Amino acid sequence: MNALELKGISKSFGRNQVLFGVDFALRPGEIHAIMGENGAGKSTLMNIVYGNLKPDGGEIYINGQKTAINHVLDAQNLGICFVHQEIALCQDATVAENIFMSQIGRGGKYNLKTLAAKAKEILDPLSSKPIDPYEIVERLPISSQQVVEIAKAISNNCRILILDEPTSSLSGAEAEALHQMIHRLRENGIGIIYISHRMSDIFEQCDRVSVLRDGHMVATYNVSEVSVQQLVNDMAGREVDMLYPEKAADLHREESNVVLDVRGLEDAAGKFHEINFRLYQGEVLGFAGLLGAGRSEIMKGIVGLRKLKGGEVLFQGKNIVGMRTKDIFDSGLVMLPEDRKKQGLFLDMNIRQNTVATYLSEITKNGIIDRKKERELTQSRIERMNIRCVGSDQIVRSLSGGNQQKVLVAKTLAKKPEIVIMDEPTRGVDVGAKAEIHRLLRDLTHDGVSVILVSSELNEVIGMCDRVELIDGSGTIVKEVLGDEINSDTIMYYISDAYRYEQLNREVSINE
Amino acid sequence: MNEIAPKPGIKGIVKKLGDVRETSLLMIIILCAVILTFTNEFFFTTANLQTVLGSISINGILTIGMIVVMITGGLDLSVGSVMCMSMAFAAQAILSGVPPLLACLIGIAASALSGLLIGLVVTKLKLSHFIVTLCFMGIYRGVVYVMTAGKSISLVSTLKDMPKLAFLGSGYIGSYIPFTFVIFALLAVAADLYARRSTRMRKLYYTGSNELAAGHSGIDTDRVKIGACVACSTFAGVAGIIYMSKYSGVSTSAGSGLEMTALSAAVIGGVSMNGGKGTVAGGLLGLLFIVLIQDAMNLFSVQAFWQDLIRYVIVLLAVILDVVQETARKKKNS
Repeated sequence: MNALELKGISKSFGRNQVLFGVDFALRPGEIHAIMGENGAGKSTLMNIVYGNLKPDGGEIYINGQKTAINHVLDAQNLGICFVHQEIALCQDATVAENIFMSQIGRGGKYNLKTLAAKAKEILDPLSSKPIDPYEIVERLPISSQQVVEIAKAISNNCRILILDEPTSSLSGAEAEALHQMIHRLRENGIGIIYISHRMSDIFEQCDRVSVLRDGHMVATYNVSEVSVQQLVNDMAGREVDMLYPEKAADLHREESNVVLDVRGLEDAAGKFHEINFRLYQGEVLGFAGLLGAGRSEIMKGIVGLRKLKGGEVLFQGKNIVGMRTKDIFDSGLVMLPEDRKKQGLFLDMNIRQNTVATYLSEITKNGIIDRKKERELTQSRIERMNIRCVGSDQIVRSLSGGNQQKVLVAKTLAKKPEIVIMDEPTRGVDVGAKAEIHRLLRDLTHDGVSVILVSSELNEVIGMCDRVELIDGSGTIVKEVLGDEINSDTIMYYISDAYRYEQLNREVSINE
Repeated sequence: MNEIAPKPGIKGIVKKLGDVRETSLLMIIILCAVILTFTNEFFFTTANLQTVLGSISINGILTIGMIVVMITGGLDLSVGSVMCMSMAFAAQAILSGVPPLLACLIGIAASALSGLLIGLVVTKLKLSHFIVTLCFMGIYRGVVYVMTAGKSISLVSTLKDMPKLAFLGSGYIGSYIPFTFVIFALLAVAADLYARRSTRMRKLYYTGSNELAAGHSGIDTDRVKIGACVACSTFAGVAGIIYMSKYSGVSTSAGSGLEMTALSAAVIGGVSMNGGKGTVAGGLLGLLFIVLIQDAMNLFSVQAFWQDLIRYVIVLLAVILDVVQETARKKKNS
C-alpha cells in the first residue's frame, strides 16, 4: 500500500494552470525524487500535499484512504513533514525551542531542560558535529541551521517527509551526514519525497525518481534503470546537450596578458589568507571550494565590498584596494552577486529599471535618463539573454527563477566590462537557462572579456573553466589546476581535508 | 508560466491607468469635490477654495520632502521641527538687520545642515530613521525654544518694509491664486518630473527597493540616503520661510504635527513605507485628499474632536488597501 497517493491533481492560479492531472505515488520506506525545471510545478504540488494550497481537482490517498488536506495542521496530524529550502527558524530562540515550537505553544509553560534532552536525542544521530540544543540559532552556521530545520520537521511523528533541495546549502560532509540520516529514516518505514536538481543526490540516494514538466507528470523510473541523459531530456522535453561550450583553444598566459593581479590578499575578519592569483585575458578562471571556504568573500574583497587587512589588487596598472565599489565597477571590473534576491535584483521594479542599474551614467544626459537609450539597451539584453517576459515593463518578481537570474546577468553585463566575476551564476536555475548562461559566459571570453567563475557545482567548474584555483577549508589557495587536471577527483582531493590531512601526517613523520 | 497576457490598444492604456494609484485617487478626489459642490453652498466659493489651496501649499512642500526620504525606505519625523527652526533662524537674522533674501537663505541652509546631521547619524551609525528623526524632532524643537527663549517672534511691523518677502506668503497672482500655491505647484511639477526622469532619483528608488543590491550595482547607498535626508530637510526649510511670511512671524509650536500630515498623505498616495515605491504626484494627491476631507469636516461643522479620528481611520484604510492589493498580486504571481 502506498503511504501517499495523488490521483489527477490539478491546480490553477487565475487563468494560469500549473498542474494538469498529476498522478504520484510514494511507498513507505522509499526515497522518491521529484525533478523538474523551475516552474514545472514541484512547489505547487508539494504545497498541496502539505495543505498550504487546495487543489482544484483530484484525490489524495494516505495509506489507501481518501483524505482531504485542508490545512497545514491536517497535514501535520497525518504525519506529513515539510523541510523548506529556505530556513525559517526563530533566530533569537534556542535550538531546542525551535525544534519543539509547535508543542511549546500549548500550555504556556515549558521546561527547557527537558526539551533540550529530547532535542539532543533527535539531533545527535543527524549531525556528525554535535549541535548544542541550548545554542541560539542565530549563532549557528547555515548548515547546522538546516539540520535543526530537519530535526524540527521530524520531531512530530513523521510518516512522510518532504525535503526541498536539502543539500543546496550543505558542504560535502554535511550532505553525507544528511543522507545517512535520511537512510535511517527510510529504514523506519518513512516515505521521503526528495526534491533536488543535483544528479548525484538522485543517483546515489534515491530509489525512484519522477519528472514533472510544465505541470504534467512525465515519467517515474527506478533510479537503477534510468540514465542522466534520459532525465535531462524528460525535464527539458527536448534534446538539451548537457555539453558545455568549447573551452578556449589558444590562451597566451603571458605577462602582457595579465588583466588582474591579486597579491597577498588578507581578509580583515580572517575568512581568507594570502590569496595570490593572476587572471589572463579571455580565460574563464574558476574558484572551487566547499561551502564556507571563503570563495565569495575573496570576490567581495576584490571589489571593495569587504574589509581587507592587507594585499593588493592590480587592475589596469593600479592598485584598486581601497577604491569604492562603484568606481571599480565603473572602471570595468564587475561582479554578479551570489544571492540574486538579496544582493542582486530590485524585485519590485521592472526589467528595464533592473537592467540599467549598473549602467546609469551611460544613459544619462545632464542628470536625466535618456528613455530611448534605456529601452533600446534593455530590449537588446532581453533578446541576447533570451529572457521570457511580456515586455520590459514586467515586474521582476513575477518572472520565474531562471528568468530572474538572466535579468541579473543582463544587469551585470549591461555595461561592457573587462572582467566579470560571477558568483554562483546558475544556482536554482533550470537546465535550459543554465545552458544559455554558460553559452553567454563563453561568448564573453570570445569578445576578450575575462571571467572569474565561483561555483559550488563541481560539474560546472569542470565544464566551464580553463583554469581553476582550489581553496580548502582554511581559506587559502592550495592548488591551481589546468587542462586535464581539471577533474572531479583532483579538485575534490584538494578542496576537502584529504590533502591537508596527508600533509599533516607527512610533517608529523618528518618530525619524528 | 507567470506571464501576463499583453493588453494592447486603448483598453490596455485604460487598464494600466486603472492600476495606478494616482488615477483612482484622482477619481475619488473629483467625486468628493462634486459631491461637496452640490451638498454645501460654501464649498465652491473663492474664499473656501483659496483656503484649500493655501493649506495644501506649505504642507505640500513638506510632503515632497517626506516622499523623497520614504522612497529610500526611510521617513522623517523631524520635518515640522526643522521647518520651525528654519523660520527661527531667518527671523532672528532679519531682526538683526540681515537683508531678507540672505536671511531666508540662512534659514534654509540651517535646515539643510540639520538634514545632513540626520543623514550622517542614520547611515554611519546604522540606526533606523524612525528613532533618529524622532529624537531630532525633539532636539530641533528644543533648539527653537533655546533660540527664542520660548517666546514667539513677531515680524508684523518688519514685513511692512519688506514687500517682496511679504508677498511670498500672502500675495495673490491675478488677485485669486495664492502665490504660495504657485510656488508649491512649480516645485511639485518639477519634483515629480525629476523623480520620474533623473538618474539621481532613480538611485533613490534602487536604494529603497533593495539597498544591498543597490550597493552591489555600484551605487553609494549611504550618499544617496544622506542626500535624501538633506533634500527632505531643505524642503522643510523652504516651507518654513513661506510659513514665516504668511503668518508674519514665528510661533515656537509652528509646524508641530505636520510630520504626521505629510506621512499620512504619502501613505494614502501609495508611497511605500518600505521604500522603492511611490511617486511625488501620488503623495501630493494623497495630501489633496486629506485637505479636502478636512475642509469638508469644517464646512459641515464636524466637531474638532472627530477630525483626527476620522483622518487616521482613512490612513489606516489606505494601508490596509495596500496590503490587500499586495497580497492579491503576490498570490497571482506565485
